[in-house]
Amino acid sequence: MAKRIEDFTVKENRSLNKEIFVLELTSNSDLPELKPGQFVQAKVDGSPETFLRRPLSIHDVDYEKNTIKLLVQIAGKGTETLSKLRTGAVLNMIYPLGNSFSLPGENEKILLVGGGCGVAPLLFLGKYLNSNGYNPEVLLGFRNSDRIIEYEEYLRLATVHLTTEDGSKGDKGFVTDNPILKNTHFDRIFCCGPQAMMKAIARYSLKNNIVCEVSLENLMACGIGACLCCVVDTVKGHLCTCIDGPVFNIKELKW
Amino acid sequence: MVNLGISIGNLKFRNPVLTASGTFGYGSEFDDFVDISRLGGIVLKGSTIEPREGNPYPRMAETPSGMLNSVGLQNKGIDYFENNIYPKVAEYDTNVIVNINGSYIEDYVALAKRIDKLARIPAVELNISCPNVKMGGMAFGTNPDTASEVIRAVRDAYSKVLIVKLSPNVTDITEFAKIAEDEKADSVSLINTLLGMAIDVRTMKPSLSTITGGLSGPAIKPIALRMVWQVANAVKIPVIGIGGIMTADDAIEFLLAGAAAIQVGTASFIDPQISVKIVDGIERYLTDRGLSDIKDLTGKLLI
Repeated sequence: MAKRIEDFTVKENRSLNKEIFVLELTSNSDLPELKPGQFVQAKVDGSPETFLRRPLSIHDVDYEKNTIKLLVQIAGKGTETLSKLRTGAVLNMIYPLGNSFSLPGENEKILLVGGGCGVAPLLFLGKYLNSNGYNPEVLLGFRNSDRIIEYEEYLRLATVHLTTEDGSKGDKGFVTDNPILKNTHFDRIFCCGPQAMMKAIARYSLKNNIVCEVSLENLMACGIGACLCCVVDTVKGHLCTCIDGPVFNIKELKW
Repeated sequence: MVNLGISIGNLKFRNPVLTASGTFGYGSEFDDFVDISRLGGIVLKGSTIEPREGNPYPRMAETPSGMLNSVGLQNKGIDYFENNIYPKVAEYDTNVIVNINGSYIEDYVALAKRIDKLARIPAVELNISCPNVKMGGMAFGTNPDTASEVIRAVRDAYSKVLIVKLSPNVTDITEFAKIAEDEKADSVSLINTLLGMAIDVRTMKPSLSTITGGLSGPAIKPIALRMVWQVANAVKIPVIGIGGIMTADDAIEFLLAGAAAIQVGTASFIDPQISVKIVDGIERYLTDRGLSDIKDLTGKLLI
């Protein structure tokens, strides 16, 4: 799929909580076919402190409205600047970048596991799976009830199992403590979230012989496989998160 | 019509804009964004005889107006290059230059001999300035005796255009440029990255797995420009200017300081089309000023 460099216009910047916001963006050109798991490289403003682009995963796509959504957590100056973008602002993006989650086999029982702002790519994935005839279930984990984001969006899509670390909503504990993992056998898990959570889900998947793919978020400069900064250690040696990932089967990773 | 063509040794370039090693992959990464035949040349990612995994992650850190990297010459080795990469880059209608590296002089020589046999590679850039490897690299380029020895050995082994990439991590870079000239290199390119460091105050750990790394980007441009100016005044061989070039004006500064050509590096990470935009910008600058030849710029600094 050809990569593009394009100016997008902000249609809406919606704050979900103090740290997380959703940018809805549109372009004058028709969107190409995008795949769940892919990401964009957004140019913040080119100021000295936010010199490089920021890799952001695609949260949602609406081909009819010609819009894409990015769910972003403020993690530093770059994302803070993006959080202040208003309707009408222009955001230059290189996209679509990276591979995608793989399409499961027929009749597979699928679980999407997201933690914190790691829920970002799973909404697009869930919609994509639904439209391809799958009925995935969703397991979401947050620190506490104040941190819950996009819950209703996921409810519209699938059965959602909710976990908070302090038990203020849903089941108490980490996603790996959720009863759904004990009660149901899934054939395939797609996971995105903090690395500790993804590693725990990877261990669970290996133990229970479940196919598991995780979406990684490594520091990167170019996003197109030129700088070799975003490497991850795999059974095939150092691979680039930007072009060989961001989605990896856990059996490839040296975790 | 403006003439942008330049020569280094007996090698002609359609314009003075090249891409810097390690910032443009093997060219194909940029196929969706630029017509590579519009460039004067591309310098490929650093090669070694043996495959190398490079340094552990994290390998980069953003710093004000720049970035640190410690990739450590990750590449699949010369056998893979010859079989899988060379056939593709041989198709490019531009000068494709291989950046060569080694831990020992024998490695450099063996690699230069292999590359010499590749018909579509008209030049090598001898990297004696990589700051991110334990052996070789910058160690060769910061000691006059070893610099002299490795350049001489590669010169004897390699028949085509030899460019020596210099390290800025020395007291007097002109000393090394003169050594390259004395050892019959065709050109020097400078600067490689400056040795730098960043610390994450939240974790109290270094930002890079290797603790130190190479600083690139506009943060280093004034230093690079000063060094290019000093070197251009010290040697007769053509100088290729590198360091933080983000715009055509930046490139023109290097040309005025005495560079015959320039390389665009880190800027390609932010705008993958920037190299071609710089070609267009240089041409526009010449046209606007009623100049007809790029030679009207090189070294024309008014003092």
